[in-house]
Amino acid sequence: MTQNAGMIGQAGLQFFGKVCASISHDIKNVLAVINENAGLLEDFCLMTEKGRPIDPGRLKRLAGDIQEQIRRGDRIVTGMNRFAHSADAPSMDVDLSELTDLLAALALRFAAARGVQVHVKRPLGAVRITTAPFVLLNLMWLCLDEAMASAGSDRTVELAAEDAVDGARLRFRRLQGLKSMRDGLPPADVSMALCSYLKAEVSSGPDATEMALLLPKSRG
Amino acid sequence: MAEKVLIVDDDKAFLAILSERMQNRGMEVSTAASAAEAMKLLGKETFDAVLLDLMMPEMGGIEAFQIMRRTQPEVQVIFLTGHPSVTKGVEAMKLGAMDFLPKPVDMNELSEKIKQAKAGRMILADRRTQDKIKKILTDKGW
Repeated sequence: MTQNAGMIGQAGLQFFGKVCASISHDIKNVLAVINENAGLLEDFCLMTEKGRPIDPGRLKRLAGDIQEQIRRGDRIVTGMNRFAHSADAPSMDVDLSELTDLLAALALRFAAARGVQVHVKRPLGAVRITTAPFVLLNLMWLCLDEAMASAGSDRTVELAAEDAVDGARLRFRRLQGLKSMRDGLPPADVSMALCSYLKAEVSSGPDATEMALLLPKSRG
Repeated sequence: MAEKVLIVDDDKAFLAILSERMQNRGMEVSTAASAAEAMKLLGKETFDAVLLDLMMPEMGGIEAFQIMRRTQPEVQVIFLTGHPSVTKGVEAMKLGAMDFLPKPVDMNELSEKIKQAKAGRMILADRRTQDKIKKILTDKGW
């Protein structure tokens, strides 16, 4: 039990670090674009001083571009905030479909690096369970990593959260050649510890095109 | 003659604005949103400098640089990165990159580096031409 707790803690730290590093990279990119926009404004001022008129339409577009980058930065920080708050409590009532949206947003850069698109198919209503949200996100991350490694020829992984008997299910679809989940997700010891803690189960479909993460209504 | 620059970055907003600023400074600028796009352009045109993002999807900057060197050996590459690290910087310089600059970029510093890149590329191109001429003359017994 203590060994599992230690493993979950260590895995959680690594997961948290990896995601934060990715977010910081995204924020830096936003700042770089805003910096260039500010520089361009400065360039326009210098050009005006030399007698070259400024096109008001160009200035308006520039203002719009800056505002778009602010919105982009705001989306990134909002995601980061939701991710940080997922560690608030060891047990919370959550909507699995919202957690899935958050997972897809956090994994965007990693998916792009592997040439994979992650598409979320939203259910009609909320899919509510009581769980440890941060630990669940960690397990979902490992599942998504394995799913991306098995992405099909269209390089798209589809995520779909749904209600299941006595719980909920998150499907990872449009895969190809997915290996058996009998030995767990890599790293096996970590994924097994996470599954045990969450009372979850990861399985692969018979035709190796789908993986499913089954979760209880409440981990108790 | 204006410096001819290729900017390679997967962030299209950054590509567009940096390109405009450099064009306002009189440079001739081409852009590529991926390493694959950059390779196509390098196959058709010669550039004085390539500004290469270190972290790109599918093919990163270091790998792209190694391939670029095979197509245009004299090309001068300046890496741009949001997170400069000593390890990556040393790796890039060992491979022959001209420089390694952090984002956000200082435009004055970048413009100066590009002027140096053009001078550096012309020296290397001249040297290659001289070596070719020497070889031809040597082969003819002169």
